[in-house]
Amino acid sequence: MLEVGFADGARTPLLACRPVTGIPLTATLSRSTFTGLRCKECGHPYEAGARHVCEDVCFGPLEVVYDYDAIRSRVSRATIEAGPTSIWRYREFLPVEGDPIDVGTGFTPLLKADRLARRLGLSSLYIKNDGVNMPTLSFKDRVVSVALTRARELGFTTVSCASTGNLANSTAAIAAHAGLECCVFIPSDLELGKVLGTLVYNPTLMAVKGNYDQVNRLCSEVANTYGWGFVNINLRPYYSEGSKTLGYEVIEQLGWRLPDHIVAPLASGSLFTKIRKGFDEFIKVGLVDEKPVRFSGAQAEGCSPIAQAFAAGRDFITPVKPNTIAKSIAIGNPADGPYAIDIANRTGGSIAAVTDEEIIDGIKLLAEMEGVFTETAGGTTIAVLKKLVEQGKIDPSETTVAYITGNGLKTTEAIASSIGAPYTIEPQLASFHEAWERSQASHGAAAPRA
Amino acid sequence: MAIQVLIPTPLQKFTNDEASVSLEATSIDGLLQALEGRYPGIQARLCDENGKLRRFLNLYVNSEDIRFLDNQATVLSDGDEVSIVPAVAGG
Repeated sequence: MLEVGFADGARTPLLACRPVTGIPLTATLSRSTFTGLRCKECGHPYEAGARHVCEDVCFGPLEVVYDYDAIRSRVSRATIEAGPTSIWRYREFLPVEGDPIDVGTGFTPLLKADRLARRLGLSSLYIKNDGVNMPTLSFKDRVVSVALTRARELGFTTVSCASTGNLANSTAAIAAHAGLECCVFIPSDLELGKVLGTLVYNPTLMAVKGNYDQVNRLCSEVANTYGWGFVNINLRPYYSEGSKTLGYEVIEQLGWRLPDHIVAPLASGSLFTKIRKGFDEFIKVGLVDEKPVRFSGAQAEGCSPIAQAFAAGRDFITPVKPNTIAKSIAIGNPADGPYAIDIANRTGGSIAAVTDEEIIDGIKLLAEMEGVFTETAGGTTIAVLKKLVEQGKIDPSETTVAYITGNGLKTTEAIASSIGAPYTIEPQLASFHEAWERSQASHGAAAPRA
Repeated sequence: MAIQVLIPTPLQKFTNDEASVSLEATSIDGLLQALEGRYPGIQARLCDENGKLRRFLNLYVNSEDIRFLDNQATVLSDGDEVSIVPAVAGG
């Protein structure tokens, strides 16, 4: 089948050839600034089709190759600031050819977290709050917006993913917006909020009796058999690039400067590496002055293969079987783990793990100090931030950014038994008065609000 | 000792587009040699120059990652299913 379309206003022909194998190839990259794919390990080049591993040589992951001279010639701070308030203000840095699927994803708040900073003993702390990202309240909307834009360009009509929850929400929602058929796979023990938050978009939802790594394995086999666009498998090189926008936005929102230290959750490790790539690219094209930025990563002890390897000084990952409440980052076999370790080591950062109890405390601390309700991944980040400060691994004078990647309203089960309960009263002043006295007595030992 | 091996799409060019092949082997190492014997060139894609499986490849015996078993020395039994799965990103 040969599909002929036009990718932009200049009527540049875009030829997407879909052979009978179901793997489309793009013949012309019109308005785009990317030139193809390349193996991250051995450098072997590939066309910009639907593939994710170095199938000709070493099975390393493929990544997108850009023409940075072209980007530099087209982009300035002014052109970016004049763009839409979404990730597409950075479209020259993203691997798409034509009109993007823009559902308002990105440009989420960078919150100056003064109360939390004081509590932790830091002087300059920011929260990058992707818990209010659109449309599904996690950073996954960034990667899915890019992946589904590319999926459409490559001619896919059905999209899919293996998910710990947030990706399922996002893939189902943005596929609905784009009119794409959608079938997503999740572990069967996911939080109810993430299941309902997927089903409402009416995809086909497969709840697999197994953990995320088993879901991923199944999906790889499905991807081998069905001609679908799996955002985190055969569309992975494009998908993962969406996370770079978390780097660009922080630079822009800090007034076109880099932070000194970032702390981000580690699941597969991809987000961590792409924030770094985002920083590097803005330096490369002259949008921000270069300076060292330390990268620190956060894991849950119940699934901490990257933290364990970092602590042991290893550059390879030994997989683990997850057992933590932080399900959204419970990936026991993290594909980008070695790259995350490399970045932490090269930048003078750290990778640490915290217990489920510390994660809940992290969720509560962020909520009580800053009014931000995050899910368990965010609780992990805040708990590790606290731990690293206590261990002297974050300099109090550093400008530090903590990445909050998801919304707590999706995982209320995690904190339901760890927070207070309402005072149930009669609609009478006396009843309120009695309850108020009780509430003050129980809060009596608490420190006054700063 | 018939072992069923699931071949990922990128390697099916070696197996005449077969997604599943049946081979005789008693261990993962033996299976890799059997694959090479029938499909010359495939082992170089699966393993590095030292014969060690490439780090971005995952092998599963009846759904269990061989790194939780005995890696390439993992013993195989008649009727076992071995999946070869390239690593993928998180979700």
